[in-house]
Amino acid sequence: MSAETHHGHAADHAHGHGHDHGHDAPHGGSAHGSRKGYWIGFLLSVLLTAPAFALVMSGVIADPRLTAGIVMALAMVQIVVHMIYFLHMNTKSEAGWTMMALIFTAIIVFIVISGSLWVMYHMNLNMMPSMQAEMSSAGM
Amino acid sequence: MSTLTQTPPGAENPVFYDLDEHEHPPGHSTMLGFWLYLMSDCLIFAMLFAAYGVYGGSYAGGPTARELFELPLVAVNTTMLLLSSITYGFAMISADERKQGAVLGWLAVTALFGAAFLAIELYEFSNLIHEGAGPQRSAFLSSFFTLVGTHGLHVTFGLVWLGTLMVQVSRRGLVDANLRRLQCLSLFWHFLDVIWIGVFTFVYLLGVLR
Repeated sequence: MSAETHHGHAADHAHGHGHDHGHDAPHGGSAHGSRKGYWIGFLLSVLLTAPAFALVMSGVIADPRLTAGIVMALAMVQIVVHMIYFLHMNTKSEAGWTMMALIFTAIIVFIVISGSLWVMYHMNLNMMPSMQAEMSSAGM
Repeated sequence: MSTLTQTPPGAENPVFYDLDEHEHPPGHSTMLGFWLYLMSDCLIFAMLFAAYGVYGGSYAGGPTARELFELPLVAVNTTMLLLSSITYGFAMISADERKQGAVLGWLAVTALFGAAFLAIELYEFSNLIHEGAGPQRSAFLSSFFTLVGTHGLHVTFGLVWLGTLMVQVSRRGLVDANLRRLQCLSLFWHFLDVIWIGVFTFVYLLGVLR
């Protein structure tokens, strides 16, 4: 056990000191991306943002549900693009802990948002005037 | 910590644990710590998004999202934030190349775009309040102002941080500590852009469609 932790430390050290220009160990290798990477990310996000606004502002698609679906899908893709090209997420930085934290957060975010919407939607349904009338007539 | 060796009770042969503090370079764990902070910030926004999702249709007989939101203004705002994101990226690349002047220049451009974003948002808020659509009008508007306002507050603090860093870099140069701070602000700034994707999609675009 102690040998293991010691090993980890040693490896960490080698990594931290191995850098030529005194970068922090955490990010490693291609930490901040390249100019090209930022341009790709920027162009992709323009290509994802503009259609979303255009769709809603022009109202080309008659069915608002379909429009909403497309807009949400575009947003999801754009979030991933930003994560990769701007936040430089990968599975290797910090020995994978940043990715772990991100996945954990994503799960919690999903539970909080979808759970709230789900529960409150059904609460609203139950509070509909007709239901209230039924409930009061049933002696509740 | 001092060197501390203990003999576990009952052990015939003493086992030595190496409790020596290894030399950790300063800022060794800063990036992971800052990332965890961002993730917790993400949870705050998740709650605000959930609140908006629940209350987004509770107009209380007041103005609706479709009547209030001006999408062209939001599109301009989104452009500002997106541009500030890529200019911050250029600042980071200049920092990698150890070009102090370029770093300061790109940071200044980023600050300008960020300030433009804030100015447009405040203009929108003041318009809404002027029209009687302030946060106290309906649950929809309360949750709207809380969510978008919290994001705006983050951008404000990001700008304060940006200004502080510009002073730091111009005085001390691109030393390791400043590079680390630039990296943290980079994460923070791009993270705010990610949150804004959620805001303009779920609040503005879907609000108008609702």
